[in-house]
Formats: sequence, C-alpha cells, structure tokens
Amino acid sequence: MAGIYIHIPFCKQACTYCDFHFSTNQKLRKPVIDALCLEIEMRQSEINEAPSTLYFGGGSPSILDSQQLNQIFRSLSNAFDLSALEEVTLESNPDDHTEEKLNLWKSLGINRLSIGIQSFIDRDLSLMNRAHNAKDAELCVQKAREAGFEKVTIDLIYGIPNQSEEEWKSNIQRAIDLNPEHISAYCLTVEEKTALYHQMEKGEISEKDDEVIEQEYLTLQCMLSESGYVHYEISNFGKPEHLATHNANYWKGLAYIGFGPSAHSFDGANKRSWNISNNAQYIKAVNSGGQFLDEEILRPEDRSNEQIMTGLRRSTGFDLDQFPKEHALMVQQNINAMDDQLKACIWQNESHVGIHPEKWLLADAVIREIMIDS
Amino acid sequence: MKHIRNFCIIAHIDHGKSTLADRLLQVTGTVSERDLKEQTLDDMDIERERGITIKSHAIQMDYKLNGEQYVLNLIDTPGHVDFSYEVSRAIAACEGALLLVDATQGIEAQTISNLYLAMEHDHVIIPVLNKMDLPSAMPEEVKDQMVELLGCERDEIISASGKTGEGVDALLAAIIDRIPAPKGDPNAPLQALIFDSVFNPFRGVIAYFRIMNGTLREKDLVKFYYTNKKYISEEIGVLRMKPEKKKEISAGNVGYIISGIKQAKEIKVGDTLTHFEKPCSEAIDGFENVKPMVFAGIFPVETDDFEELRDAMDKLQLNDASLTFEPESSAALGFGFRCGFLGMLHMEIVQERLEREFDMTVITTVPNVSYFATTTDQQRLVVNNPSDFPDPSRLESVEEPFINAQIITKSDYVGSVMNLCIEKRGALKNQVYLTSDRVEMSFEMPLAEIVFDFYDRLKSISKGYASFDYHPIGYHVSNLVKMDILLNGDQVDALSALIHKDNAFHLGKKICLKLKELIPRQQFEIAIQAGIGAKIVARETVKALRKDVTAKCYGGDISRKRKLLEKQKKGKKKMKQIGNVEIPQQAFLAVLKLD
Repeated sequence: MAGIYIHIPFCKQACTYCDFHFSTNQKLRKPVIDALCLEIEMRQSEINEAPSTLYFGGGSPSILDSQQLNQIFRSLSNAFDLSALEEVTLESNPDDHTEEKLNLWKSLGINRLSIGIQSFIDRDLSLMNRAHNAKDAELCVQKAREAGFEKVTIDLIYGIPNQSEEEWKSNIQRAIDLNPEHISAYCLTVEEKTALYHQMEKGEISEKDDEVIEQEYLTLQCMLSESGYVHYEISNFGKPEHLATHNANYWKGLAYIGFGPSAHSFDGANKRSWNISNNAQYIKAVNSGGQFLDEEILRPEDRSNEQIMTGLRRSTGFDLDQFPKEHALMVQQNINAMDDQLKACIWQNESHVGIHPEKWLLADAVIREIMIDS
Repeated sequence: MKHIRNFCIIAHIDHGKSTLADRLLQVTGTVSERDLKEQTLDDMDIERERGITIKSHAIQMDYKLNGEQYVLNLIDTPGHVDFSYEVSRAIAACEGALLLVDATQGIEAQTISNLYLAMEHDHVIIPVLNKMDLPSAMPEEVKDQMVELLGCERDEIISASGKTGEGVDALLAAIIDRIPAPKGDPNAPLQALIFDSVFNPFRGVIAYFRIMNGTLREKDLVKFYYTNKKYISEEIGVLRMKPEKKKEISAGNVGYIISGIKQAKEIKVGDTLTHFEKPCSEAIDGFENVKPMVFAGIFPVETDDFEELRDAMDKLQLNDASLTFEPESSAALGFGFRCGFLGMLHMEIVQERLEREFDMTVITTVPNVSYFATTTDQQRLVVNNPSDFPDPSRLESVEEPFINAQIITKSDYVGSVMNLCIEKRGALKNQVYLTSDRVEMSFEMPLAEIVFDFYDRLKSISKGYASFDYHPIGYHVSNLVKMDILLNGDQVDALSALIHKDNAFHLGKKICLKLKELIPRQQFEIAIQAGIGAKIVARETVKALRKDVTAKCYGGDISRKRKLLEKQKKGKKKMKQIGNVEIPQQAFLAVLKLD
C-alpha cells in the first residue's frame, strides 16, 4: 500500500505564485539526480512491501530527458519491487507534451499524467508567468490520449486576478470538454516570498474579494458535479472510478517515502521526515553521508489533529472511532462548543464528522475549533 | 560647610548629561576606571537602554583645588517633563546648576523650563557647551543663544566634551569658584529636604536628603513633616559610588537615611525631615502631593492572572511612589486596575517594567486625563474613567485640565507646528524668536490632546527639530462628550473615550475604520459603531468570513500546516470575546494609533 514520491526541483521558468522548492538554474540537474538515486539506494530498507503508487512531482518532472528519467527508474527497480504499482503519475506541463516525451513516459510505465493547465486564457497564463500558452493548453490532453494515456488529470486555478466570472466559467467548460478522468482546482494563494506577493504589495495586482472567490468555487462545484465528477476532497474532483490514489493516501495517513530535495516521508505510524530544501546542500549531504533530512516523532494528539485536519478536507470526513477515547471525547466537546454558524458547516454521522462541500472554504476556521489542545 | 558645593545639571535628553557626569566621576577619582560603565548613575536597565534618567540620583565627589579639599554633591535629575516635580525638588536641594547645551543642537524647550526653575531658586548657573568634539558643533551660534537666554558673558561659557574630557577641569574649578557654599545653621533644629527615595528589597526605603539646618545623627528619633510619622534613623551616610555610613551629617550636606520604612509611598518627595522632639518650626517650601496626570486601565491578558498582576503592581509601587492604582472591572476585559501616571512616558515605563521585571503581559486601555463633572444637582465629581462619566441628562458641565505648552523649533516649521496645535484645540499665547532661526511658541491647550499622538506628530512634522514642554494651568469648562464603541450592538466599555464634541464625528469615523482593520473577519457580519448617548455618529462593517482555507495541502506539508493551525488556535484564545465578537488585544489601543 505504500507510496513513493520523487521530487524534481527544476523548472524552465518560475510561476509567480509558486512557493514549492524549485530552481530555474539547470546546472545542478545531473548532480541532484545522481544524489536522488543514491538516496533511493540508501533508504530502500525503509519500505518492506511492494509500493502501489509512484508519483513524480516538482518543480517540473516533465523537464527531465530520457536519460535522467531512465536513471531514476533503474534505481527504483533496483531498490524496490515495482510489480505491484497501480498508479504511476507524472506532473507535466502542456509545453512539454511532445510526441517524443509522451512516448518515453508511456514506455517507462507512467500511466497517469497530471497536467498543469491552470487556465485556457493567455492573459492569465502570462500573468502567472506560466511557460505554456492557451493553444498548448487546448492540445495537450489530446496529445496524451494519442500517446495512449488513459488516465489524465488536469490542474485549474481559480481566484486569478482580472479574470471575469464568464472567463472562469469558460475555463471550467473547456476542461470538461477535454473529458479528463480527474480535475484538481486550487485557489490562487498569495504566499510570502513569491513574485506574486511582491506584485500585490506594490499594488500592481490586487487580490480578488473573498465573496468573488467563494462564487467561483461554488460555480466550479456545480458545473463539475453536473458533468459527473465527484468532489471528494476540497481541491479534487474525479470520475467515480478515477479518484487519485497516491494523494488520497497522504490524507488517509498511509506510509510514503519521498526522495529528492524537500521531499517528505511518513512511516504510516508516528514519524514524519523531510529532506533539505536546497539543491546544493542536498547534494553535499547525500554524497558525504551527512544528514539530509529532519524528522519529527508525532505524539498521539498530533496524530489526532492531523486526522482532523486532513479528514475535514475530504468528503468522508474523519472517523472518531480511529481516535484514542479521550481525544474523541475532547473533539466532541469542541464540536458542541462551536457557535451556531460554524456548527452549520459540519455534518456528523455516527462516528464520522465532515464539512459540507459547499462550506469547505471555511475548513481552516472549523479545523481550528475542532482540533484538540496540544 | 564652606568646602561643600551642591549642584545639579540641567540638560535636554541626548545632550550628553550622563556622559559628562561619568567624566566628572572619573576625574575626581570617585569611580575607578574599572567600574566605569556608560551612564554610571543610572541603575535601571530601562534607563540605560533608553538613555534616559527616571529617578534622581546623588553622588558625592572629592576634589582638591589650590591646596584645599572640597566636597562636591552632584544631584542627577530626570530630564522628562513627566518628572518635573522631582526635578524641582532636586533643584531646591542645590545652590547652583550646570546648564548643559549640546553644541550641535542648541537650546531646547526642556532646558529652558528647567532653567527657569533653577533661576527661581536663585541658583548660580554655569553655562556649559557640550559635545565640542563633534565636527557638527556650532559653538558661536549656540553661545549666542546662551548669552541671550542667560544674560551671561561669552567668556563665562565653558566648552567641554564628555567624550574626550575636554574642559572638565575648568568646569570643576568653576563649580568651586562660582557656586556659593551652602548656608545654614548646624545647631538649629533639623530641617532636611527629601528629594528622592529608592527601594531596596533588603533595607526597605532609602531616602535622599539635603540638610538645610541642623545636624542629623545615627539613632536619632525623626519624623516627616507632612506624613507626621516617626522613625529611628537606623543608618545615615553619604552617597559615594557605594553608600558610606556616617555618625552624623550637618547642614549643607547631602546624604541618605534608612529608617525601616517598608513602602515608597510612606515617603513623599519634597517633604521635610526633622527631629521628633525639637522639630523645626516650619517645613521647606514647595511641597506638593504628586498628582497623576494620565489614567488608564491595566488588565491581565489572561483573566486568571489578576492576582499575579496585583502582586506585581504592589511590588512596583514599593519603589515608584508616583504610581497610583485601584481595582477596576470591565465587562470587556474582566478585573484589572485603574492606574494613575505622571504622564505618557511614566505609563510606558510602568507597562515595560511589568513585562520586564514581572513577566506580566498586560492590556493597557486608552489613556485619559482627570476631569471634573458637575451634575444638575450641583455635585462635582472627579472623572478618571470614561465609565464614571455622568449620563448626559444629568450633566451640567465638564471641566478639563489645560496646559501651557512651550515648543521650540526651527522657523521653517512654525506653520506646521501651528496647524498641529490648532488642530489639537490649542490657542497661541506667545511667539518669540530666540535667534533668527529658532522660535519659541507657547500655546494653551487641553492636556487630553497631548495624550493622543501629539508628541510623535510634533516630531514628524518638524523632522525631529522641535522640543516640547508643558505645565498644567488649571481646569477650563469644555464641551466634552463620552463616545462609546459598539460591536454588534454590545457596548465595549474599555473602548469608550471622552472627547471634544466638535471632534466626535471625525474621530468616531477614524476609530471605526481602525477597528475594521484590526478585527478579523468572523463567521458573521460585525457592525462597528461609534455612538454618543443613543446617537450613532459613525459605522463600519466587517464583512462575514467567506474563505478561511489553504487550498493546497500536499503530502509534504502536513506537519507544517498542522502546526500553523495549532498556533492560530492558540492566538485565537488570546483574543478578548465581547458578546460573540473576538477582538485582538491591539484594538484596545487603536485610538492612540489613528493616522
């Protein structure tokens, strides 16, 4: 049941909103991949079951060339039994969907593409400094289909400044028309230390009002459910048989191991760890046998709070029966003490507690109330 | 007695008083090279860090001139206007004063008002031009100002530098030559002026005095004139770098007394110390009961910490007799204290000492001054708290304290200073050009107006080139109203303020806007209203929360995200709940921070 995550911290260019770990300087690509393969070899004993999911994230994993991807797959198959893999996902950018790359990915056993379309409008794409254009966005899914990919998920962003309500609706409609198995839609979030943050500070771009964003979110929910997509997590929609497995395992608290700079791991019980998020330091630490990760041992109350946090973002909610008795009691007390407006956001069904999907935008407010004191 | 000289130093903040004092201590051999640290006389960390003197200090130095041995008593005084009464008592204990002026800055308002105090006491003034080592010194120009102000001769001015030691010997000689020896009869009944006191956790209160007449001996039975309490002088002595015990101290000298007094408030600065039997026939002039000028509520952030706060306040009062407080309860903030302070700096210091010395985080409410309200049945009430303000229907008139504000600035800024003071309900009373470039202006204005952001704004409009001092001049009738703040219809007592009626609309709008900025969105709409009686003068709305979520939550960041939410949850607990609205602490001082 375990999952493997590979972080590829390189991009052609920097999207203005992104605060994940990446570099646009390709000089360290080879040494990072060498170190990543070494890390796979060193940590292979941490998983003693055949992994069921493999996920290439970034950064932009679609930037890798054939040799680099082959090298990583070789290391993986040397270290792990890959015969049980069901879902092998690669995050790709529409501008990387060349016939050559698509065929390469297919031949390596990648069976699911997560395509960062974000918008079908050139103005939005250049505002966010994406590397592709509207035409790439329109064609990328079809190209993937032609190369034989049966599972495709696409990313959309809402809350984009200057985008009208009509434009948002047309973005959703075009996504539906491409008929992907799965759609992830994220709200544009202004993170500190990003270009977008500075643009907003300077007043060059202004953030959309919460009321507008809420409306965009409700429109999205409505249009996608009419088209047969299940809203199973705050940002994720899928055709009933095609909900994401790898990501869902994060939320369910299953074990995963992450390789590469800034990748995170969880042993499925009480230990989380994360690698250095600096390419040069990562290379140095891995090659010299130094410490390249930090770890944290979770206390039972930390685990309970994690379950509350991830559970309340999912349609299934969290299950109080999974909690230690005293935690379940505290959670119930917190729920009872919530004010009426917040209480109206949640549902409770025997031991399960969740947030009504139309109230998911208030998830953090609800989570703060329900979490137990740590 | 003819070999004693008692003097103080008059200087504006930052004009180098403490550095020059350090240099005097060093040259007279009072402090060894090894023990010398910056601002030797200032004991409190807060004094050193801020470069200000809060308490008066005294130090005795020996100096030999022309074969004769002299005893020099320096009384170091606070510089800030909040402590002007203490300054006046310290001045009363001396025969002379050094008027210290920064050669790069020139004369400031504070200097002038303290100088006038010294002149009223017939002090000999020794003009000193300090910081002569700095390249930006403008000695000729500043000398012009000093000659003009003092009517002294140019060559009486001593050029010095506390930093390099230049002029320090000349200064010591001038102190001996120009300042007269004290007068007084060592055989007359004891008459000693108390000019300050400090609290020592082991010895109790140590009072500093200057003997005018008579002789004080160890184990004497003594009393204080105004409090009329009797004590035994357990220990007396003079203040060197460390206290030095003496068997007796006579007229003209400065010293300390320890007499088993446990609390600072038992000793009043300005009181007269005399013998219990055979007391002096009259007290020394100038005693006043120090009255607080500014009042504010202090509340613990956690309601449960009230007893701890009481304990901390009691301890603070042991060595700060000018701090007054009484219990107060607020619907919004729970139990706390209504405190009286000498001024805004004093208030800041108390708050800082609570945090620093007692680890108490407190909420301070909007400060106000003390008003008199006359009711329709002709009762005259003291109002130190907006909540004590009588209902408009039974209010006949209100009086508020006025001050005479002296401002010295460059002529370029006269217009902006004028505008500010007029906006603050000031009336120009006098305007004098000290030199072609420096103007002294006097305004009559309500004390309440300088409590709100006056000093900061004065500094900013004058780019720092304005100094300011004030003196209370009594109460005038004013058209004041009580403005209440309501959140979703619930009045927040801790946010009420007494303001001039003409400002009500304008100020109400500003406060509502500021609160809108500070109060986070909640699950429901929040109406912020400013009202006078039943009339609403301003309204703002905090819209209901529509979105409170981070949409991205990849596998990796689960720990970080959980910790963030847990931290936010803790932060929420620190907010004060009024009705169903949560208010962050800083909102309670919002009125002070209006733009």
